[in-house]
Amino acid sequence: MSLTFSLVLYILLAPLAAFAIVIFLGKRLPRGGDWVSLFAIWSGLALSLYLFFTRMLAHYDPGYIETLSFNWLIWGDFTLRIGIALDNMAIMMLVVVTLVSAVVYLFSVGYMHGDPKYSRYFAFLCFFSFSMLGLVLADNLLVIYAFWELVGLSSYLLIGFWHEKDSAANAGKKAFIVCRVGDAGMFIGILLLFTTLGTLNLHEIADGVAAGKLAGGLLTITGLCLFCGAIGKSAQFPLHVWLPDAMEGPTPVSALIHAATMVAAGVYLVARLFVILTPDASLVIAYVGGFTALFAATIAVAQNDIKRVLAYSTVSQLGYMTMALGAGAYMAGFFHLVTHAMFKACLFLGSGSVIHAMHHVMNKTGSHGDVNDIRNMGGLKRHMPLTFLTFLMATIALSGVPLTSGFLSKDAILGGTLAFAMEHPRNWLLPFFGFAAAALTAFYMFRLVYLTFTGSFRLGPEAERHLRESPAVITIPLVILSTLCFFGFYSLPAFSPTTPEGGWFAHLFPNPPRAYEVSASLHGGLDPAVAGSSPTMISDLHIEKKVLRHEVSTAGAAGKATSEGVPPVSMGEPHTEVHHDEIHHRAHNAAMIISVLVAGLGILIATLGYFWGKISPALWQRRLGVFYRGMFRKWWMDEIYDATIVNGTLLLSRISRWFDLKVIDGIVDGSAYLTRSYAFIEGWFDLYIVDGLVNLTAWIVGLWGRLVRLFQGGQIQRYILYALAAVGLFIILKVV
Amino acid sequence: MGSLTLLTFIPAAGAAIVALLPRDNPKLVRWFSILVTGIVLAIAVSLYPQFDRGIVGIDQEATFQFVEKGAWIPAFNINYFVGVDGLSFPMVLLTALLCFLCIPASWGITKGVKGYHALFLLLETGMIGVFVALDFFLFYVFWEIMLLPMYFLIGIWGGPRRVYAAIKFFIYTLIGSLLMLIVMLVFYFNVRDPVTGANTFNMLHMMSQANHGGIMSLNHVRVLLFFGLYICFAIKVPVFPFHTWLPDAHVEAPTAVSVILAGILLKMGTYGLLRISYPILPDATHSFAWFLAVMGMINIIYGAFCAMAQKDLKKLVAYSSISHMGFVMLGMSALTDAGINGAVFQMFNHGTITAMLFLLVGVIYDRAHHREIDGFGGLANVMPRYLGITSVAFFAGMGLPGLSGFISEAMCFIGAFPVWRTLTIISIGGIVITAAYLLWTIQRMFFGETNPKYADLPEINGRELFTLLPLAAIVIFLGIWPHPILGLMNTSLSYLGELVRSVAPL
Repeated sequence: MSLTFSLVLYILLAPLAAFAIVIFLGKRLPRGGDWVSLFAIWSGLALSLYLFFTRMLAHYDPGYIETLSFNWLIWGDFTLRIGIALDNMAIMMLVVVTLVSAVVYLFSVGYMHGDPKYSRYFAFLCFFSFSMLGLVLADNLLVIYAFWELVGLSSYLLIGFWHEKDSAANAGKKAFIVCRVGDAGMFIGILLLFTTLGTLNLHEIADGVAAGKLAGGLLTITGLCLFCGAIGKSAQFPLHVWLPDAMEGPTPVSALIHAATMVAAGVYLVARLFVILTPDASLVIAYVGGFTALFAATIAVAQNDIKRVLAYSTVSQLGYMTMALGAGAYMAGFFHLVTHAMFKACLFLGSGSVIHAMHHVMNKTGSHGDVNDIRNMGGLKRHMPLTFLTFLMATIALSGVPLTSGFLSKDAILGGTLAFAMEHPRNWLLPFFGFAAAALTAFYMFRLVYLTFTGSFRLGPEAERHLRESPAVITIPLVILSTLCFFGFYSLPAFSPTTPEGGWFAHLFPNPPRAYEVSASLHGGLDPAVAGSSPTMISDLHIEKKVLRHEVSTAGAAGKATSEGVPPVSMGEPHTEVHHDEIHHRAHNAAMIISVLVAGLGILIATLGYFWGKISPALWQRRLGVFYRGMFRKWWMDEIYDATIVNGTLLLSRISRWFDLKVIDGIVDGSAYLTRSYAFIEGWFDLYIVDGLVNLTAWIVGLWGRLVRLFQGGQIQRYILYALAAVGLFIILKVV
Repeated sequence: MGSLTLLTFIPAAGAAIVALLPRDNPKLVRWFSILVTGIVLAIAVSLYPQFDRGIVGIDQEATFQFVEKGAWIPAFNINYFVGVDGLSFPMVLLTALLCFLCIPASWGITKGVKGYHALFLLLETGMIGVFVALDFFLFYVFWEIMLLPMYFLIGIWGGPRRVYAAIKFFIYTLIGSLLMLIVMLVFYFNVRDPVTGANTFNMLHMMSQANHGGIMSLNHVRVLLFFGLYICFAIKVPVFPFHTWLPDAHVEAPTAVSVILAGILLKMGTYGLLRISYPILPDATHSFAWFLAVMGMINIIYGAFCAMAQKDLKKLVAYSSISHMGFVMLGMSALTDAGINGAVFQMFNHGTITAMLFLLVGVIYDRAHHREIDGFGGLANVMPRYLGITSVAFFAGMGLPGLSGFISEAMCFIGAFPVWRTLTIISIGGIVITAAYLLWTIQRMFFGETNPKYADLPEINGRELFTLLPLAAIVIFLGIWPHPILGLMNTSLSYLGELVRSVAPL
């Protein structure tokens, strides 16, 4: 095994080993074994960075890939090989996951200090990191699905970590079950792929689709089924309901799992499957993402729980990523995943720092107010300057203000979406979703900052004396993450503050060619056998595609019409690469201006309302009426689900039980009763009729016997008399 | 004497010796039973490395392993004929393992210890006998031997409604046995030994379609025979609507008996279908595979919904068994390699997982003396280790990856999907419902405020851990590396699937 894979296996398995050590021995180890977990993840981070620099950046090749696999399952003649595929995306995810994990572990040392289940908490964290790392390294959809479920399990364990609280126990259960709904769809997608292509290896899937083995409507359905899994895990509408409730978990968990990594798994999956998505499937994905982005942003505006605002913000941002991937802006979607992981983790940890301080205040003053409620806060920046500054930095990034990483990635998404809409004008709604959500994002984030950190402390000056900045284990992670909100880290070497183009990220993650395009082109212009026989890798396809594009353009629509999966919107009119690039260029510039404007507008309104006090929020809440109540009550989604799906399921289960007890067992017991009744009747019949007949016969026989006995006196003269009488009778009868 | 004969009859001999042991020394009886079942397990495990994974069995006498054959009742051409292949060997291993673990799980039995253990050992003879028998008459005899100890174990050592449950169990099974007897006799009178030309009970001769004659060449008769066997085996599985004996029997049965009942006896049903119906009546099987698939789907969904509505923990586990056996039915009905391999692997996995579940129910029942799910609450902080092991079993039950149930369920789906698309999609819905009821149960029992009544329940003890940890280890190990069991069955089962697939439906 090469050095690379030794390192990768270490990164993957060290958290698992730490999990085993801490869960079994944690209580006996000094400090509950937290140092075992910290060592495992920080060493993993170091090695991930090593791979990042020596493999990804040193090769600087978009097509870099190394694989390692082995036989896992065998049935019949079929062998399922599973293994690790280390490409740029996997290395990038390794860095993101280990980095966020590492700072969250460190933060947790301070945040969870004194918790009775301290060591178990670290064990669960390790298990999560292991599952997430497995998910990003797997080269096979079935294995991705397996780790996908394990990630769900660790999320369940950590959301319900304080399971003495019913709300926490409920939230954990809800998260698992809601995600399972999506996973069921994903599993159906996996089955469809396996049935048609006979493989679950990601690269073989791409090759199979490119060869046209799976195309048209079925490929669309397959893509959408797989997307169901992403809807669940990445909390897209309508399965987003679990994520806000997941805030019942400890705050560092929210930062790690429910903001930065696990919820990004759905987006990661869509990115992995990007090459096989048909235009129809992509369009659905784009709309789901876009709608989610706006929908969740409207809810975030009206929430008062600091973590819930961030939770809905996460849902909204995940919607962005999904929309980008759906609209074909592959690099933008994945880029936003990475930048968002940094600043959203920073925001959540910052909120954790605030909650930590609020806990302290509540303990000292003996009150039992809600530590998460921003209406109890205010003016914290004076007491927690470091928390404030880092929180503000991340807020600026999330709002998409220039010079931040968030500006780069969000702008790339909006530009990509706008370009998509310019090419396909019927889909103008998509950029509308994007810009509207951008305005709302800037608004609710600044509302949050103003309400939390500015003004005066709303629990009174007495309580304010107890406010303290959090210790270094908590603030260092904040500083690390907020530093990573700076655009420069992502746009080197071009160092452009306006676009990721020219930076390493854009270079290493170019939009891969869609398999259907390759397939259509091959069928149109080239010998299909080329694609069918050769085991092409993505990178090869990429090169091939570039060559093909010209042929396609010149050949016109004739070639493309052969595949029904390609509607006219995508490639109907022959357009040159130049034309395409020009649209992108114009869209990008337009999007940049609009997004800065809408973000500025959002910030301005928030400032007017919550900082300068020129607009009364209460007044506007009344004016908005039912609209505001809808935002406040999360558009009643939970109530709707409770009334329909939850109660429907419970009702069905009760009906099944009733059917089992009354109908089936009724028939069983009824037939037993009938048998017994019949037996009783037969017993009676036997006793009185059958036996009665027998006894009657016996009685008759007996009677006859008694009658005859009368003649059997034993006296000879009587017999002679009978004989004479008989002879006399005979003579009389005969003669007469 | 061959290994299989030893495996089969050592428990029976042990039962006889137990009957002779002094009445006033229950400890001796228990340890002796552990010794006997331990020897059986040791022999079964010692066969494992000798077992050749590359040869088929099924309908070829030459490729059966550890075969023993001798005349038993020559007048009717009945042989003592035993052997194992990839289908039966995993089941033999499972039986030996569970029986061994069940003796310590029966430590709490204080009434009639001798009788209990003697019957238990006799039961083991019956079960192993069923799995190794290759002569239909012998199979039938073992099948009946199994029935009686079970009846008494439930009827004497059971809960308050034990008589009702035992009689229900007995009558159901008896109806099945009667049907099997009829079918067996039809087979006997219409199958000729290819060498001597005499009627035969030899299953392998019955599997060769060339030996069939008389009314067995009539299609409608074959359908009748298929459904006769189907009902017999469906009662055992149990398949809807013949399943209602199962929850009653489980609720009343003592813990170890439940373990055997769910862990092994249910497998007899699907084993019978695969061992007898599939190869002897491949054409009828092929024609009515859709029917098996439909019943499998109903079991999965209906069982899961019923489980969700249960208030008694043991009943819930019983219904979950019904649901999980549906996966077996669905997988084997597809006749694909993945489907049949997945089905038999699911039989094995369900055996270990459900055994854990019933043992866990026993643990809590021994402490709290009730099984009302809503009656607990907050046990997580009282019995954290118990929660840990329960989680392994529950998550295995809901098919979580990394645990053995995932692989077999996934294989059943993978196998069934290309053949029964809609049914499989509906069945996949079952995994959501399963997750819902199992998580809900965990929450009601373990989470929330600690119920003060149970604040000082003792943590799971060493004896209980001894029964549970080996199973947990197997569940985790096979979830990561399934090859040690899955590899045993592939050759035989792929052949079996091909055998049925290649025959034209009726």
